[in-house]
Amino acid sequence: MARPKALVDMSQHYCPGCTHGIIHRLIAEAIDTLDIQDRTIGVASVGCSVFTYKYFDCDMQQAAHGRAPSAATGIKRVHPDTLVFTYQGDGDLAAIGTAEMLHAAIRGENITIIFVNNAIYGMTGGQMAPTTLVGQVTQTSPYGRQIETQGYPMKVSETLATIEGAAYIERVSVDSVKHIKAAKKAVEKAFRYQMEGKGFSLVELLSTCPTNWGLSPIEATDWLRENMLPHYPLGVYKDKGGEQA
Amino acid sequence: MAKVIFDEDRCKGCELCTTVCPKKIVVMAEDRINIKGFHPAQVIEQDKCIGCGFCAIICPDLVIEVENKGAKTCRKEC
Amino acid sequence: MSERVLMKGNEAIAEAAIQAGCRYFFGYPITPQNEIPAYMSKRMPKVDGVYLQAESEVSAINMVYGAAGAGARVMTSSSGPGISLKQEGISYIAGSELPCLIVNIVRGGPGLGGIQPAQSDYFQSVKGGGHGDYRLVVLAPSTVQEAVDLTMEAFDIGDMYRIPVMVLGDGMLGQMMEPVEFKPFQGRALPAKDWATTGTRGKRKRNIVNSLYIEPQALEEKNLARLEKYRQIEQREVKYEMQDCDDADIVLVAYGTTARIVKSAMKAARREGLKVGIVRPITLWPFPAAVLHNLAETAKAFLTVEMSMGQMVEDVKLAVNGVKPVYFYGRTGGMVPAPADILEEIKKIYGGEK
Repeated sequence: MARPKALVDMSQHYCPGCTHGIIHRLIAEAIDTLDIQDRTIGVASVGCSVFTYKYFDCDMQQAAHGRAPSAATGIKRVHPDTLVFTYQGDGDLAAIGTAEMLHAAIRGENITIIFVNNAIYGMTGGQMAPTTLVGQVTQTSPYGRQIETQGYPMKVSETLATIEGAAYIERVSVDSVKHIKAAKKAVEKAFRYQMEGKGFSLVELLSTCPTNWGLSPIEATDWLRENMLPHYPLGVYKDKGGEQA
Repeated sequence: MAKVIFDEDRCKGCELCTTVCPKKIVVMAEDRINIKGFHPAQVIEQDKCIGCGFCAIICPDLVIEVENKGAKTCRKEC
Repeated sequence: MSERVLMKGNEAIAEAAIQAGCRYFFGYPITPQNEIPAYMSKRMPKVDGVYLQAESEVSAINMVYGAAGAGARVMTSSSGPGISLKQEGISYIAGSELPCLIVNIVRGGPGLGGIQPAQSDYFQSVKGGGHGDYRLVVLAPSTVQEAVDLTMEAFDIGDMYRIPVMVLGDGMLGQMMEPVEFKPFQGRALPAKDWATTGTRGKRKRNIVNSLYIEPQALEEKNLARLEKYRQIEQREVKYEMQDCDDADIVLVAYGTTARIVKSAMKAARREGLKVGIVRPITLWPFPAAVLHNLAETAKAFLTVEMSMGQMVEDVKLAVNGVKPVYFYGRTGGMVPAPADILEEIKKIYGGEK
């Protein structure tokens, strides 16, 4: 598998087995396939994803925590002919950035959000995220996430499917070769929709965090399959384009 | 003939590639460590490789390139 | 267009921005600045510009960040509580060295405060309201005409130095109607925005807009380079108005609409034979410290008047540096000082009561 042109030839800072690297490659491959590298502007967020601005070989902005969809909105309104995507984790997108994400969708902003859901805050050392599963032990849910005091995990794709302005919402996973292939198609489709002016798209990618889950990379992919897939079912949640996924 | 090439110093030793190989020929090189301090992944029995590219698809660090001299190249396949 | 038209301060600021080439406005409603977004929502579509009402001030300022990083002339406007919400974004804009205009039509605070005019956001504006070592250029118009002229210039200053610029007005300036003239905009010669994220278009290497520097050496280097830029701004961009200070015993210091009231008090004092002059800072940062420092040699005392509990007075004290006494008179919470009250204060200083 040759390195996609849209990815800078450098080692990334992610921990061993962290699936961010796979997702980076999928994005870069989609940019290459659509041949839009010189018309792409990416927005990095805060979290492990903060250094994304170093890794994609295209114009990049680094946004404040949770605000990437707003920064992307500003960029897209200035350069409507470009592909504008944000790369956000679950803490960034589903906690501090909920309003920005939701309202970008409500406006039908013609941008793509790449949402990496690994059910935990990675960069800060493994705190409970809005997407942390019930009973899941994290640094700040040491007894496991309790419904009574910490509520239920947020389902972003399901939520966005109810928003009229959203054109394309799909949840995929990168735990297996089969799922990675499907994820690649989803990312490509979201980008293609944006270039066709179809409006807001978000691809949620279930991802692992071996370090903060306290598991080996192989155990982590097993954990994702056994615990995340049942709670976060894969599939197309919204598709205004009319075509089947 | 398929061939698997490893950019060994980029390998972080996560072993994900070893779990997806249908021929079970991707193994960790327990006899050496790379520049990052990990045992890198390797394929010794290259002749058994069917060029499916699964190892490259799951690798988070773009370590693996699969050359497939058959009718279909890996890149198009995956 | 060079005939004089009667306009509300807020609307005049909006029109000035458009005439200066601003085509992107991201805002959120808050009194007493609502005429700015309202005007923009009407005008922007007519000049192929973008008006967008965000879901919050936080979001609006980050849209400004994105658009500024993409190379556009862009602005937002708000008032106290909304400006507080924008501080995170302003810090990022300053850290990423992006130009933009932020208009603050100040109302009384703290908290939700009130909606009447105030100057209580001076500290927040000139001392860096957000986190980190940074500055904004802060322009403080005292008339609607000056608001127009400074708004136009603000974009050029921003682009010239890659720095966020704030126009700091107050509810009075925003709401009052005055005749204004829109002189044809004469822009400065400006450097190309070759740093902007526009898509490389096959013409250059990628651009990155960023304020993150994990290595402390790199961050210090970046901050020191910015400090050098700030020094240049301090040397080149200070603006103030000075009146009747040559023989003044007491130098009054006031900015914005308060300065107009202070001038009335000054005239009344002069009629009574009291030697009083005024220095009106037009740029609050860079602050006209040198002129005040020099006046400390000839004046006997300074009286700072503000619609606050005493904020700019600290910068006056720093400029005067203990050479002469610096007094303060202020009203707060949306109350406006009356000329007679200021005259009273002047007399107290003369009479040695202060």
